[in-house]
Amino acid sequence: MNSNNQNGSQNSAVIEVTDLKVRYGDKSALNGVSFDVYQNEILGIIGPVQSGKTTLLKVINRTLEFTPNTTVEGSVKLNGEDISTISDVYGLRRRIGMVQPLPVGLPLSIYDNVAFAPRTAGIRSKSELDEIVERCLQQAALWEEVKDRLKALGTKLSGGQQQRLTIARALSHQPDILCLDEFSIAVDPVTTMRIEEVLKTLRTKMTILLVTNLVQQAKRLANRTAFFLNGDLIEIDTTDVIFSENPSEQATYDYVNGAFG
Amino acid sequence: MNILRKKSTAHLPFSETVIELFIRLCGISSILFVFGIFFFVFREGAGFLFGGLDVGQFLTNVEWQPTSLNNKRYGALALIVGTFSVTLLAMCIAVPFGLGAAIFVSEFCSPKLRETFKIIIELLAAIPSVVWGFIGLTVMNQLIITVFNAPIGLTMLNGSILLALMSVPIIVSIAEDALKAVPDSYREAAEALGATRWQVVYRVLLPAAKNGLLAAVLLGAARSIGETMAVLMATGHSVNMPSSPLSWIRTLTATIAAELGEVARGGEHYQVLFIIGILLFTITFVVNLIADLAIKGIRQES
Ligand SMILES: Nc1ncnc2c1ncn2[C@@H]1O[C@H](COP(=O)(O)OP(=O)(O)OP(=O)(O)O)[C@@H](O)[C@H]1O
Ligand SMILES: [Mg+2]
Repeated sequence: MNSNNQNGSQNSAVIEVTDLKVRYGDKSALNGVSFDVYQNEILGIIGPVQSGKTTLLKVINRTLEFTPNTTVEGSVKLNGEDISTISDVYGLRRRIGMVQPLPVGLPLSIYDNVAFAPRTAGIRSKSELDEIVERCLQQAALWEEVKDRLKALGTKLSGGQQQRLTIARALSHQPDILCLDEFSIAVDPVTTMRIEEVLKTLRTKMTILLVTNLVQQAKRLANRTAFFLNGDLIEIDTTDVIFSENPSEQATYDYVNGAFG
Repeated sequence: MNILRKKSTAHLPFSETVIELFIRLCGISSILFVFGIFFFVFREGAGFLFGGLDVGQFLTNVEWQPTSLNNKRYGALALIVGTFSVTLLAMCIAVPFGLGAAIFVSEFCSPKLRETFKIIIELLAAIPSVVWGFIGLTVMNQLIITVFNAPIGLTMLNGSILLALMSVPIIVSIAEDALKAVPDSYREAAEALGATRWQVVYRVLLPAAKNGLLAAVLLGAARSIGETMAVLMATGHSVNMPSSPLSWIRTLTATIAAELGEVARGGEHYQVLFIIGILLFTITFVVNLIADLAIKGIRQES
């Protein structure tokens, strides 16, 4: 697991996506998109339903491979390395924290949920695991609520707590990159705000890809925002520009201002 | 919702009422039949069970001499031990194979291979037990003699292998259902955390499906305990406390099957056979009950 180096300049690209095309069978989900993600930024990814946002995340951590009949063209580079050539795909997935839209509490205790990835990576020492579990739950702002019942089933928590549990779990393998896919779908506004605060602190430690169905959330959090529509990347720019009166594309303006989607 | 239902039954047309009555009757009668069977078995054995039979001896004595003229003994311990040991050994073989096959079919194999596999499993389930018994008598017998250099191949091991082959289809199909019932989101979440497919199986799927898997094993065991013909033909059918898998044994079921045709109706021996029936009924009832509770556990969790 490589430690985060803070000395990289703001503009060093952690992820470079070049002409990425993804098809499910004959159906195209991404029609050739190119963009970079920079170190320690929050990149907001917005777009209406079915625009290919989830597909993009699945390409990055190579979990798309479990879906049959998919074809991927183009390249995705992680710290300069083409991910399709990485042989240790499990190691790759551990470099990327993934938070799914509906919180999936694995059928394990709270503790075991967070300790899952470290254990699969081979960490056995109890004290080390204890420390990871506490640190991640604290980072996800859940520790205070669950510290007395770490042995309880994760699925017994409330929706908002479960979402924070999945964030803690995604942080447990100290990823360089954290991807969140519409995390606020199953979460009340108060919890959403708490998680947003969490993300603001995490930004200093890692790079965050924030797929969101709430346009205002991107405005609040993202340094830059990418707008996807029907598998195309319409526009990517600083959040200020995207949300200004004059982004380069009319479609961006319309979507951001609620004309459709 | 409830109000709606009540309302609609009040205005049911006549034909609907008749059909509903018929379905109800079918349901109730199946319950009645089960109780009827139990009642009949119990009635036939009750007289001797409560008057005359030394239950303690029945359960702890190994001497089974129901036809002896001057030394009648109804000690069923060897039969009970025979039944349990042959079942236990069968499960030792069937559980790893059955669960392994279920995991393979549901998690690792291609859809096409899965279909083929399922057909084979169903074929296996369709073989009548007398055919299994025949295989035991001929093929397995010879095999055990050659491999273990045993004097005779009609042994507990022989019966156990047959019972294992008979219960594997049950275990595979129920266990596969249990694994399939685990939501895909669990698999995805675990994979996103960097788990290998095998780690997904043993860290997530097995704990998530444990009740269903337990039910699969128990129903497989119940099938083994209740099996008669194959074990009658393949285990040597002689009253014996087994000391190794190569001992010959006799089971409760085989005893009933072999002796019931030759006893005087209503006599002591006849009644003891029915008491064995009650014992079997109780054993399978308990096993099935546990399996049911396990399956209920699955539903509650999901
Ligand atoms: N497993 C799949 N099999 C076939 N087609 C799929 C699959 N997953 C997604 N698609 C298709 O790919 C396209 C992009 O879907 P994707 O889930 O990436 O969009 P999204 O932007 O995440 O949408 P949403 O906002 O609804 O989550 C859609 O047209 C969708 O129908
Ligand atoms: Mg999506």
